[in-house]
Amino acid sequence: MSMSAGSATDACAVEITGLHKWFGEFHVLADINLKVGRGERIVICGPSGSGKSTLLRCINRLEDFQRGEIVVDGMLLTRDIRRVDAVRREVGMVFQHFNLFPHLTVLENCTLAPIQVRSMPKREAEERAMHFLERVKIPEQARKYPSQLSGGQQQRVAIARALCMSPKLMMFDEPTSALDPEMVKEVLDTMVALALDGMTMLVVTHEMTFARQVADRIVFMDAGQIIEINAPAPFFANPQHERTKLFLSQILH
Amino acid sequence: MDAQTLTVSSQPTARAYVRATPAPSVPPPLATVGLLGWIRANLFPSVGSGVVTVLLSLSLIWITLPLIDFLIVDAVWTGSDRDACLATAERPVVGACWAYIGDRFAYVIYGSYPIAGRWRVDIFFAMLAFGTAWLLWLEAPRRDIGAIYFFAVLPVASFVLLHGLELIGLPVVDTALWGGITVTIVVAAVGIVVSLPIGVVLALGRRSKLPAVRLLSTLFIEFVRGVPLITVLFMASVMLPLFVPDSWSPDKLMRALVGVALFSSAYMAEVVRAGLQAMPKGQYEAAHALGLSYWQTLRLIILPQALKVTIPNIVNSYIALFKDTTLVFIVGIFDFLKTIEVARADPKWSTPVTSATGYIFAAFVYFACCYAMSRYATGIEKRLSAGEKR
Repeated sequence: MSMSAGSATDACAVEITGLHKWFGEFHVLADINLKVGRGERIVICGPSGSGKSTLLRCINRLEDFQRGEIVVDGMLLTRDIRRVDAVRREVGMVFQHFNLFPHLTVLENCTLAPIQVRSMPKREAEERAMHFLERVKIPEQARKYPSQLSGGQQQRVAIARALCMSPKLMMFDEPTSALDPEMVKEVLDTMVALALDGMTMLVVTHEMTFARQVADRIVFMDAGQIIEINAPAPFFANPQHERTKLFLSQILH
Repeated sequence: MDAQTLTVSSQPTARAYVRATPAPSVPPPLATVGLLGWIRANLFPSVGSGVVTVLLSLSLIWITLPLIDFLIVDAVWTGSDRDACLATAERPVVGACWAYIGDRFAYVIYGSYPIAGRWRVDIFFAMLAFGTAWLLWLEAPRRDIGAIYFFAVLPVASFVLLHGLELIGLPVVDTALWGGITVTIVVAAVGIVVSLPIGVVLALGRRSKLPAVRLLSTLFIEFVRGVPLITVLFMASVMLPLFVPDSWSPDKLMRALVGVALFSSAYMAEVVRAGLQAMPKGQYEAAHALGLSYWQTLRLIILPQALKVTIPNIVNSYIALFKDTTLVFIVGIFDFLKTIEVARADPKWSTPVTSATGYIFAAFVYFACCYAMSRYATGIEKRLSAGEKR
């Protein structure tokens, strides 16, 4: 099912060509080229400040970029807000700090976008939401508010909320970094299950065990550039670039 | 915790520790709870504090007793003119002259509104009270209809009732005849109802990415906030006629209403902006990432939360606005305080205590209204903070 690189554009979930981004004078992303095939799972890792999150946020245009091209699901990202919204509908995103809507119940968090954006009837949206809440194993929390849930449960709700929009691509921005150690596993398990279902995934994470287990390819970034891309086995066993070797020696004990 | 555990935890190498039995749950020491505990802890924690407690209690009694004498014990409750409230040989001390308030009560409420048409004002009061209760009572059924009633039906109905409409046989009552509490409530209600939506729009404008919108909103807010309400009222009553054609010739009350609405909107904008700024960026990002548009994000995610956290400040502005309505008498409108002023000067009730009585009554009315708003806000605030902790 997985492929190392799509050849034709429509075979790609995401295609990034010559992407550059600056924050003021600071060159956050430099010459990024990456093709993500449909059904492919990619883990992006690297030291903090290397531009991993910024890269994800460019893909659904939470961040603007100055040069280069991003094509998502065959749609070229432009500044046109309708185009941006169309892309965002197809791309689910899970944040480090969950960003659930605290004034809505878990169920309402999940049904809001399908009802408002996809014009889905309320009943259908709720059935769908319950289906995904069951998949992330918290259907019994549907009527509660996010603040009543543990961090791990909140993050699983965030995953269910994104899935309710039936995205073609799921992006995870350090989904376990804000969690207590005891709760990391339940979130990772959910993500593994999602991967096994064939979801296209782009995951920024420091969880190397997860990367080894799930990723088709690992992208290593440093100082805003892609340093190395490889399948997990050779990536960990035989890193090519000096920077990659240094990074791995520091995080793997 | 026993000494042994302490040693162990401070010297981890000394010996390992495993808890064998759970720690027992013990009630708090008796001296810190109950009425006696409270009195000791809060009123007499030390000699100095005890002395302060006694002194403050004495001065409170010293102030309160004469006040009770004046307001109740020596007060005059019945009478038809000033003779009732004058000091006589058998009654050398006269307190508040409530008889005068009773006699002029209708004037204080309706001003010079024609007596035959006062039922219209009464219906207006009833409709307003009904709508207010519907909206303020959070468990009330169908509050969405309540909002439509309050913000769409009520303003039109109030205008037709108070101003009149020849078409349906209600004779027109010139606003120059309106007065008293009626006018105060009309001015306050218009200010309250209009300032929130305009304030929200201005606050959004001030945070807009479009420079022109941002500049205009900021200019308006800063300009209005930079001048006193009296100035705004003078401008509204002198300058507004210059901008609209003569045939329109907005009447005096309408001009004051516009002035008050503009003024309170500018303040409301800053209150709402503070709430918008308190919203974490992650809320916008999550909403955008789900494909919600700018307006959907505002309407469904940002404003409900931002307005919730600003309720205390919103009510605070409303209280300030309610008291500021007294300034409309400057441009010749007979609001509640002005009718008290007029009634006070009435030779029929000219006594040494008339003025004091009138002003005390006014103070009571304003205090009752403002305190009610404040209590409501406190209640809401408590409920909301309880909701956060759920």
